[in-house]
Amino acid sequence: MEHRDGRDYALWSIAILLVVIFALIPVLWLISISLKPPAELADQHFIPSSISFDNYKSLFEGGISDSPFIKPLINSIGIALITTVISIVLASFAAYAIARLEFPGKRLILAGALAIAMFPPISTVGPLFDMWRALHLYDTWLGLIIPYLTFSLPLAIYVLVAFFREIPWELEQAAQVDGATPFQAFTKVIVPLAAPGVFTAAILVFIFCWNDFLFAISLTSSDASRTVPAALAFFTGESSFTAPTGSIAAAAVVVTVPIIIFVLIFQRRIVAGLTAGAVKG
Amino acid sequence: MTVNAPANPNPPEAAPTKASSRTRSERKLAWMLCAPAVVAMLLVTAYPIAYAVVLSLQNVDLRFPEENSFAGLSNYATVLTSSLWWTDVFNTVFLMVTTVAIELVLGMAIALVMHRAIFGRGVVRTSVLIPYGIITVVAAFAWQFAFAPETGFVNNLPLISDEMDWFGGRFSSFAVIIMAEVWKTTPFMALLLLAGLVTIDDQLYEAARVDGASAWQRFTRITLPLMKPAILVALLFRTLDAFRVFDTIFIMTRGALETESVSILGYNQLISRLNLGLGSAVSVLIFICVFLIALLFVRGFGAKLDEGRPGG
Repeated sequence: MEHRDGRDYALWSIAILLVVIFALIPVLWLISISLKPPAELADQHFIPSSISFDNYKSLFEGGISDSPFIKPLINSIGIALITTVISIVLASFAAYAIARLEFPGKRLILAGALAIAMFPPISTVGPLFDMWRALHLYDTWLGLIIPYLTFSLPLAIYVLVAFFREIPWELEQAAQVDGATPFQAFTKVIVPLAAPGVFTAAILVFIFCWNDFLFAISLTSSDASRTVPAALAFFTGESSFTAPTGSIAAAAVVVTVPIIIFVLIFQRRIVAGLTAGAVKG
Repeated sequence: MTVNAPANPNPPEAAPTKASSRTRSERKLAWMLCAPAVVAMLLVTAYPIAYAVVLSLQNVDLRFPEENSFAGLSNYATVLTSSLWWTDVFNTVFLMVTTVAIELVLGMAIALVMHRAIFGRGVVRTSVLIPYGIITVVAAFAWQFAFAPETGFVNNLPLISDEMDWFGGRFSSFAVIIMAEVWKTTPFMALLLLAGLVTIDDQLYEAARVDGASAWQRFTRITLPLMKPAILVALLFRTLDAFRVFDTIFIMTRGALETESVSILGYNQLISRLNLGLGSAVSVLIFICVFLIALLFVRGFGAKLDEGRPGG
């Protein structure tokens, strides 16, 4: 047995190590490129031989008006946050009704949400492009918030329904029996129980908006509303002779590291949210 | 899909008329609560897809706005008889099948590691969530820089030719695109599979072990059959997601050297060439393809969507 345990231990260590390397390499590589001085960019080494922060400095040079990065960063954060708030409010209403009330059409709503989750966004890009130009929504925050809302709602509704079904709603009545008003029963008992689920759904919706590229390049044309993924695709070098590789890598690190830290802090919640409703149980 | 919460907290002795009016008000409340979300979901799907159908039946080119006219099915004929469309369909299906197949194997392996590991489960879960948190465009750049002959470290690795021009050929470009896609989306697959894995009763494995089943037999005779529903749902969502592949190809090749996907074709027609008629015909055809794939999974393989969830 001793021998077998030792071998198992070694095999598991290798398996785990492989997974960790697989996950980390691209991130470490981006950090490495972003820190390489331009002259060493082409040295093909995974680890930079000297470190420079010039790429990061160039991102923020010129302040909000001249920096190619600050305005898209503001757009990304603003659009994702606004969408998340609206999406979570609307999805909470719907999920509460679906999890707690009995009404015809419940299954239809769930099926419809599922259908929208499978819907190919490219199929709406042309009509939206045409409509948004007529409605003056093209290249505005609202022009992106509306499609993000539509495509994030199914995700939010499914996650929230799964969480809301786990809430022991009887507690609300128990609190009322104990003399709490309906409002107190809701805010003191139900809200704290529902908060983790709502927070989880909010993280997933935020990441969904933060990640979008197709709508971001199709429905925007300038820094007025272009988000980070779209801006990265249109990055140019300092001059027409320098490749923007270093700046792209630095910008990528700036938008990636905070999200990764956030994801790792709330990893249990995210795993629960991502798999919510995946299996009955 | 059962509802755990008491639907009607009224005691049974309540008068029937009162109960039904209560049911009615409950229905009304439910619909009022759902209405905003339903409207918001339909706003950017139902109406635009109908509008796309209308556009696809017309000659609409925003560069020549005065030449709009009814086109009938000629846009569809143009798309379906062009070799570009069929090349792109092949590319999309090829990428979809390869990435999803690799992901299923890798995802299952990672799920088993997370489920069975004697130690280090937390480390594995932490690391698989990293790709999930990264913007697809950023991941595409990371892999592109890694494989680019000028800047990348990949050609510097042993066993790989220093001269290898990954983005100089169609299938070598595909290899990098597949690598980036697999890296980005395997965690989602692994987590969905893990959720199915934890529902399997451990006693089944114990019983099989007592009966002398090998680890491989336990996997193929117990794990796989019991996980079929979870696997099908995970496959359905990932397949549809993979069919829409856009970001990675746009960043890496922009569709050059016959690496275009159908979504890139739609984007080029709609946004780059402003040919809304032709582009909308492509959009509608993509919509039909997605519908057929979903139908194949639900009807053909019996995927139970009740247990499904929208992709993250």
